[in-house]
Amino acid sequence: MIASAFRDAGFEVVYTGLHQTPEMIVNAAVQEDVDVVAMSVLSGAHMTLFPRVKMLLDEADADHMLLTGGGIIPEDDVTELERQGVGRLFGPGTSTADAIAYVNEWFATTHAG
Amino acid sequence: MSTIEKDVLSRTDLEEAVKDRDREIAELRARLAEWEEAYDGTPKRDALFTSVSGREVKPLYTELNHASDDESIGYPGMYPFTRGPYTTMYRTRLWTMRQFAGFATAEETNERYKYLLAHGQTGLSVAFDFPTLMGYDADHDRSLGEVGVCGVAISSLADMERLFEGIPLDQVSVSMTINGPAIILFCFYVAAAEKQGVDVSVLRGTVQNDILKEYQAQHAWIYPPEPALRCIVDMFEWCSEKTPKYNPISISGYHIREAGATAAEELAFTLRNGFEYVERGIARGLDVDAFAPRLSFFFDVHNDFFEEIAKLRAARRIWARGMKEKYGAKNPDSWRLRTHCQTAGVTLVAQQPENNIVRVAYQAMAAALGGTQSLHTNSMDETLALPTEKSVRIALRTQQVLAYESGIANTIDPLAGSHYVEALTDELEGDALALFEEIDEMGGVVQGIEQGWFQQEIANSAMRQQREVESGERVVVGVNHFTEGSGEVEIDTLKIDPEVEKRQVAKMARMRAERDDEAVNEALAALTEACRAEENVVPYILDCARAYCTLYEIRAAMEEVFGSYKEPVFF
Ligand code: B12
Repeated sequence: MIASAFRDAGFEVVYTGLHQTPEMIVNAAVQEDVDVVAMSVLSGAHMTLFPRVKMLLDEADADHMLLTGGGIIPEDDVTELERQGVGRLFGPGTSTADAIAYVNEWFATTHAG
Repeated sequence: MSTIEKDVLSRTDLEEAVKDRDREIAELRARLAEWEEAYDGTPKRDALFTSVSGREVKPLYTELNHASDDESIGYPGMYPFTRGPYTTMYRTRLWTMRQFAGFATAEETNERYKYLLAHGQTGLSVAFDFPTLMGYDADHDRSLGEVGVCGVAISSLADMERLFEGIPLDQVSVSMTINGPAIILFCFYVAAAEKQGVDVSVLRGTVQNDILKEYQAQHAWIYPPEPALRCIVDMFEWCSEKTPKYNPISISGYHIREAGATAAEELAFTLRNGFEYVERGIARGLDVDAFAPRLSFFFDVHNDFFEEIAKLRAARRIWARGMKEKYGAKNPDSWRLRTHCQTAGVTLVAQQPENNIVRVAYQAMAAALGGTQSLHTNSMDETLALPTEKSVRIALRTQQVLAYESGIANTIDPLAGSHYVEALTDELEGDALALFEEIDEMGGVVQGIEQGWFQQEIANSAMRQQREVESGERVVVGVNHFTEGSGEVEIDTLKIDPEVEKRQVAKMARMRAERDDEAVNEALAALTEACRAEENVVPYILDCARAYCTLYEIRAAMEEVFGSYKEPVFF
């Protein structure tokens, strides 16, 4: 649903499907040379998965990519992950418009000039 | 004069009766037209007068809107069971209050079960963690960060024994929510009962084991559809002989609905999946009446009160008619649809979470009015984490207030004869039959899955609902109307200690060191061979369980022959 909303908003979306490992996600991101990596984690494993993807992205010299996402993620964990360099994460009740606005804004500031 | 002669109407009597009825209908129409005129002339609220599923709802229903007759409504416990699967319903036994629970390790969950039983819960329901749902052991690479987080980690018979320590399995009925590796967890369960010294033929309970809806909605599959369906029929065959009181499947609409389907889609896809299993059983050469009585169901109870009640009534009627007329079942137990229900997690929101208690209470009432056999009520902290003990207690008390204080359990199917409910029941039945036709035209359920048709239908419905909420057209209290500032959460949540994973991994290492490796390898090799030889695999998996083979080892032994499922990505 999130993927469709982004596509409808004019983004080019590479949807990897479900049950991806951090390695698979980073490989796909590097191969497609994307600007943004967005993950949905509802399983409670966000404190393992986001840092791991962040680390692999850095290792692959892809630290210019924005890592964002959403799911069942408590506020404290959102703050902690932001501290570790992960972008904004969106919890239950997010409107897709807010998430799209965030990515657009990020793009405008990082790709300005 | 014989009674038959007395009942035969003469031709003129008959003509008179038809004329009388025509006059009555004409009169009804005239009065309705009068009311409609008055209605049209009065201003209305600016609101969506549709159900959450998008169904148009009329301002008024009358007997002109439904064809209810004795044949389609009937009596409780009698064909076609519209009014309930049992003759006496809640006057003999209330629905089973069964809260789905599981977290961390077998030890912690075992304690929660004992707590729930002590507080009046009447059945147990196991929630497994993500690795277990996908068939991975706690010490597998892919389990990292997920062990015990979303449910309990069960990687071998040793964990299953610990899960039910001090809980006599010949006395409690246990339901297990597991699908991809269901046959393996079922064997762990049977082996755990054997270890308790229980005669397995008395086991009562249910394993979800519904793989078709995994491909359609929940996505926790392992093998491709054909071998996966074969395992399910193996279970039908084995259970009908060895555990005749145990339900080897719970055909589930819950996940389909929670993924975004409408009430009609939930109804149609679930029942069509059910008929698919029946066809597979018959194709194996099983007698339909030997396995069909143990097929059980699981439906969602969503927000639209009357539509949900009608859905359950329609489900029973469609199932009964299909089983009797199409599949030739003779045993009334094969016609009788029995179901578990759960309130709709997806309707619960993060903002002002206490309001969720109210949502759940209304949904629970719909489940009872729909005639459910058992019920799980969700907790108010649904969007935050697994529920705390306190929020689970409130959810359980909600059912108890409903059952013991509201008077709802005094009479059977109290809404029968309501013009609206009967009309909705007929409409939903019609919608489901039309969807059956579409599925048949595609070549059946498996073809529909392979073409991504089910997934696409569900996604479209989910998008429509999300748009209605985001635009504010569909009011969600506390979310898009009646909001309160930041909507920050002020309730406690359950946190799973990361140490759980370490402890579970250490426990597995000990178990692996202690078991008899030769017995393990032999049992696994025999299982692979049985898969190849197309034998019933249940006895072989049971042998593996008894030898303390792990979940992933057993999964892999079968995967050698069955291969794994590659989900088609449609986007
Ligand atoms: C629907 C649902 C299901 C459905 C899923 C159907 C489907 N295929 O979609 C079913 C019934 C199958 C299901 C199963 C399970 N579920 Co569930 N489920 C939910 C539920 C009720 C709603 C989730 C949802 O779809 N919401 C609607 C969508 C639109 O919202 P969302 O996913 O939250 O996404 C929003 C934001 O998070 C954010 N967002 C999310 N991802 C992303 C990504 C990006 C890039 C961005 C920008 C934003 C973003 O924006 C979205 C729009 O607002 C939640 C509880 C809740 N009310 O939130 C539990 C919940 C997620 N489930 C849970 C659990 C435990 C499970 C099971 C593991 C249970 C079990 N043991 O068997 C299984 C797992 C099965 C599996 N293979 O996934 C737990 C997770 C607990 C935790 N993390 O601590 C929850 C929180 C319920 C609970 N409190 O226990 N579930």
